[in-house]
Amino acid sequence: MKFQIPIGPQHPALKEPIGLRITVEGEIIRDADLRLGYNHRGIEKLAESKTWVQNIYLTERICGICSHSHTTCYVQGVEKLMELQPPKRGLYIRTLVAELERIHSHLLWLGVAGHEAGFDSFFMYIWRDREIVMDILEIISGNRVHYGINTIGGVRRDLDALQVKRTLDSLDTLRKRSEYYKHLGTNEPSFVARLARVGYLSREEAISLCAVGPTLRASGVPMDVRKDDPYAVYDEVPFEVCTADTCDVLGRTVVRIKELFQSYNIIEYLLKNLPAGEIAVKAPRRARPGEVVSRYEAPRGENIHYIKSNGTDKPERLKVRAPTLGNYAATIKMLKNGFIADVPLIFAAIDPCICCAERAAAIVNARTGEEKIVPMDILRQTSQRTSPNKDEKREAEWPL
Amino acid sequence: MATVKTLIYLVVCPGLLFLFIYSTFCEWYDRKLYARLQNRMGPTHTGRWGVLQPIADFFKLMSKEDIVPDRADKVMFSALPAFGLAIVSTAMLLLPVWNYSLKKPALTSFSGDLIVILYLLSLPTFIFFLAGWSSTNLFSTIGAARVLTMLFGYEVPLFLSVLSPAVLANSWRLAEIAAFYRQRPLLVLVNLLGFAIALVCVQAKLERTPFDIPHAETEIVGGTFTEYSGKKLAIFRLMLDVEMVVASGLLATVFLGGFPGGLFLGLINFIIKTLFVIFFLSLIRATTSRIRVDQIVSFSWKYLAPLAVLQLLISILFKGLIL
Repeated sequence: MKFQIPIGPQHPALKEPIGLRITVEGEIIRDADLRLGYNHRGIEKLAESKTWVQNIYLTERICGICSHSHTTCYVQGVEKLMELQPPKRGLYIRTLVAELERIHSHLLWLGVAGHEAGFDSFFMYIWRDREIVMDILEIISGNRVHYGINTIGGVRRDLDALQVKRTLDSLDTLRKRSEYYKHLGTNEPSFVARLARVGYLSREEAISLCAVGPTLRASGVPMDVRKDDPYAVYDEVPFEVCTADTCDVLGRTVVRIKELFQSYNIIEYLLKNLPAGEIAVKAPRRARPGEVVSRYEAPRGENIHYIKSNGTDKPERLKVRAPTLGNYAATIKMLKNGFIADVPLIFAAIDPCICCAERAAAIVNARTGEEKIVPMDILRQTSQRTSPNKDEKREAEWPL
Repeated sequence: MATVKTLIYLVVCPGLLFLFIYSTFCEWYDRKLYARLQNRMGPTHTGRWGVLQPIADFFKLMSKEDIVPDRADKVMFSALPAFGLAIVSTAMLLLPVWNYSLKKPALTSFSGDLIVILYLLSLPTFIFFLAGWSSTNLFSTIGAARVLTMLFGYEVPLFLSVLSPAVLANSWRLAEIAAFYRQRPLLVLVNLLGFAIALVCVQAKLERTPFDIPHAETEIVGGTFTEYSGKKLAIFRLMLDVEMVVASGLLATVFLGGFPGGLFLGLINFIIKTLFVIFFLSLIRATTSRIRVDQIVSFSWKYLAPLAVLQLLISILFKGLIL
């Protein structure tokens, strides 16, 4: 007997709204369908009405976890448009924050994977140690989530000797703990039983479905923007692209843990070879007309920003391709013929950031089940048409 | 006078009131232990060290809105929590906590009460199945199916592992089994393997990690309890707590020599030994991740059931050759 299970838009396994329609036969998934559009925010449109500098802080708010990824990607593009070369020290600090962000994102993911598999102790321990990275980020930038460190032409805050020392000290603790989690995550029998041979995605499928990031690398494809198309100072820093050949959720876990250790090494290298000098150059207010594509290896995969300038102080178009969008097609493939029990794990394994990938709003008629995908501007027009200039209803009258 | 005494036994101690307070205390103990194992604080606010937190939770749930779904089988849906609580509380009567005297046995201690208590502990599983099924929610239905699938896995190993000490003691009566092991404490060691198997099976029966498959929140929301709210959910939660006390009490009776010493000492014995068993249950809960429903069935039949048979064999051989 086949029946459909709706997972989402509201479901404990999902931290953000997305609709997964799953057709199951008993416990086995026969078909899966993704419904997007529950959380469209219209950021691309908003970007067109803000200046180049204001947009740094807007792009930072595309994602709460890879906030630095989006600003760096945007800022790099704008720097290319303005033909600016940020100073070395600025680029080193930018890369440092990027790698710290990768660590915090991967630790977050590992914890979530533990939680989705019902291994709450793993989740609690990892999130406790994630606080170490959050504290380093706070020491460096003053903020835990939106670091606000990038600016066009460099970074906004310099590092002093004490900050460097404290970061290096914390790295030792992190390394030690990560060794333990590596051991636990790949050896605890009940956890490995849940991860191994789940969500299989072969090398060929991963390439043809355009998977990105750890999902792609776990299928044995050594593709990393940091190596293939180096930006910032990645051409100077020694590191390896981490891959796994198991093509399953366990492989994705292993890739992320390996990347943690690479990030620790990168950070150590950056801090020990920090060049002296300025941290930023002054940027002009306007960019000359033209268009640019900027690539960046976010913790979740390749992040692409397309920026078009018409010579004013505002972008004419900003198009964001968040890494999650690249992994959706592969997710459907991975879900098929799996168990219901594996849905949260497979879906979480791409580290989905749903709002980052939303580009339209979906309207579902609750009575008939009819669905419409509506772009935001049409939605706004509709609301203005149906209730033009209506008086605001007061909720409470002043009693006196 | 005897009637009054029996009534006090039933209602106050060690009856319903004691059971309510003790089972909520066990929930607190489990939660606190689990939290400390995870490097968290656990309940802290209500009462000293948060001891009263489960009671506060219970009363809060009791005062919440109670929703019965339109399509649910309303009579079944509403009656099941009460039935479940009644069943596990009845099972508590059979534990030799206060009627341990072999010379003057109470009505609830009889030859074969081991089988009855195992039966009474099987019934809650069916209650969960029926609760999920009568909710008619998709997630509840899947949860209900998982409850029954799991039952095929752990029930037989549990029975086998609990029966092997009975075989060694040559009795089907809980009080006698406990008395047997009190006289020969070293024989407890013969059943260590059975104790381990029974711990795992009880963990599965109580639907706790790694066997919390029927209500795996990240997969099927609330599972069997998805539609339950308010009073009914509160009673179900209390029922699970009581079941934990009864199941750990059963293990303590069969494997750890029961609760000697009359009303007071017996109660203290009961508390210490059940907390000892619950400690292991919490430890398993903290150190494992949830496995899949197909994995539990294959795990039970590949490992648990053969080991339980081995334990039975050890008991029989030990009895025949050495005793």
